Amino acid sequence: MATSANRFVHRTNVIDRLGRTVVYAGELLRHPVYTRFLHWMVGIFFFLALLSGFGIYLPWIFRFFTPLFGGGATTRFLHPWFGVGFVIFFGLQALNWLGVMRWTPADSRWMKHIKEYVTRSDSVEAPETGFFNAGQKMQFWEIVCGCIAYVITGVIMWFPEIFGRILVAISYVVHDMSALIMLFGIFFHVYLSTFGEPGTTQAMTRGTVSEAWAWTHHPAWYHEITGRDPQQALKQAEAEMAARERAND
Amino acid sequence: MSDRGTLRIQQISAHPGPVAGEGTQRQDKVCKLIDTTTCIGCKACEVACVEWNDMPFQTTYFDNTYQTMPDTDWNYWNLIKFNEDQHDDGSFAWLMRKHQCMHCEDPGCLRACPADGAIVQYSNGIVDFQQENCIGCQFCVSGCPFNIPKFNPNTKKVYKCTLCSDRVGAGLEPACIKACPTGCLHFGTKEDMKFMAENRATQLREVSGFQNAGVYDPDTIGGTHVIYVLHDATKPERYGNLPAKPRIPLSFTVWKDIFKPIGLFGAMLGFVGVVMHYVFEGPRREQPTPPVVRIDPPPPPAGKEN
Ligand code: HEM
Ligand code: SF4
Ligand code: SF4
Repeated sequence: MATSANRFVHRTNVIDRLGRTVVYAGELLRHPVYTRFLHWMVGIFFFLALLSGFGIYLPWIFRFFTPLFGGGATTRFLHPWFGVGFVIFFGLQALNWLGVMRWTPADSRWMKHIKEYVTRSDSVEAPETGFFNAGQKMQFWEIVCGCIAYVITGVIMWFPEIFGRILVAISYVVHDMSALIMLFGIFFHVYLSTFGEPGTTQAMTRGTVSEAWAWTHHPAWYHEITGRDPQQALKQAEAEMAARERAND
Repeated sequence: MSDRGTLRIQQISAHPGPVAGEGTQRQDKVCKLIDTTTCIGCKACEVACVEWNDMPFQTTYFDNTYQTMPDTDWNYWNLIKFNEDQHDDGSFAWLMRKHQCMHCEDPGCLRACPADGAIVQYSNGIVDFQQENCIGCQFCVSGCPFNIPKFNPNTKKVYKCTLCSDRVGAGLEPACIKACPTGCLHFGTKEDMKFMAENRATQLREVSGFQNAGVYDPDTIGGTHVIYVLHDATKPERYGNLPAKPRIPLSFTVWKDIFKPIGLFGAMLGFVGVVMHYVFEGPRREQPTPPVVRIDPPPPPAGKEN
């Protein structure tokens, strides 16, 4: 269903009622309070797990991470719990976003043009780009797979006496690889949601984005919720800007 | 658990930088020799170990064999493994083996350990755990080919035989050696013990009719500082799962030493990548953007100019 990946459907819950999202003129609601809450819980637990994990991953490089958590033994005690927090909150987020993360034929076409996306040869995204683009969906599904790998291998390493040494030795490698892949991906994620695509950060803080952001980065989503044609809207905005320029001259 | 005054350290788990004082004092490699052919299974060595190390008593159980407990434990580092072995011709024999840490020359426990200084190897070959630095992750358990380190769920630390490093450091033999009534245990330099062991194996082959008698000192882990004389060195598994070719899992050698730093480097390329992307390509901004005043560097001149 093309529409399911263009529109984010959400029923207001308790968490949403704890906060509010103010949508100013010229803005669109992007992420409700519940989504934002989950996202930042995921973010916090991710970095806690990452730092405590790296103190154990390469102790001769990251020896300064373990004291942050109260020494080696406490770090070792806390890391699995950070991981549990990360997986639970990301699991809720995955349920929250399941519909909108569904892979569509448009996403496959987006992947074919990834080079143009990276080199910024088009000023706006392809018109069929929905609520999330294919890159975001790939990252999402990578984290889903990574979480499954973390849970399985993590539990094995948490209770080694049940699973035996060979399973532990294998888990150790898989757990590490999952962390490395996720870390690699997070650099792109943090970059694109801050410096790489200005105007994105507020989607996860205040919960809104500008209309211009929407027709630039997610035209099909813009069309879906406003009913307006994103290209037409862009042309109109350009005309208005040109008129202002002329008035200033 | 060591007398740091007399024992020199050679290897430290997860330690950045050099080992202080390494190589400043030459020490003979020590070794414990266990002649399984003269062991009578009296458990004097077990008692001596528990006594010397002042360990709380370990409950025993009865399963219709002489095996008093299934395995060593955090408070029981030395256990005689009783094996009723059936020969090919149908006859039986008792194979008794004193089971404890082998003090590997290339210790899998030390390689696996991620805590700085939780496991050390002295230059005399003894591998010793320093519980004050142990973080309780139990990776050593998975790194050890002999299933030796044992976790204490109360202290969240791991314990094993120290080869009485405290006694050896003071010039004494390990407690088990002192207690053995048949003289099947010997302690000395690795060289001397190897010589004695080979002599005994030759005697077993030539005089006592054990054609396969030999010495267990597996070279897959660089040899051990506890060696056995076995009636049948071709099948060490018969002596209660003594592995013929003990190996450290690749996770703690190839992955840990080589691919971990490479993997981290690979992940950090993501960081370099996004910084470079910002520098070379710049951000994608919301459209429309204000008119471009200048692009640096200027595009190459198209055709004739001026
Ligand atoms: C400082 C760190 C972070 C920042 C600034 C940040 C920012 C953002 C922003 C602005 C969005 C919304 C994108 C949009 O609406 O299109 C987003 C989405 C998302 N975030 Fe984060 N985030 C951070 C850390 C993390 C971490 C650690 C994870 C998980 C491990 C994560 C997982 C996600 C996922 C799966 C999405 C949805 C799809 C996507 O945009 O890739 N984020 N983040
Ligand atoms: S037998 Fe196990 S615990 Fe003992 S030194 Fe070897 S690897 Fe370490
Ligand atoms: S449990 Fe074993 S591997 Fe882990 S820190 Fe302690 S000695 Fe090292």
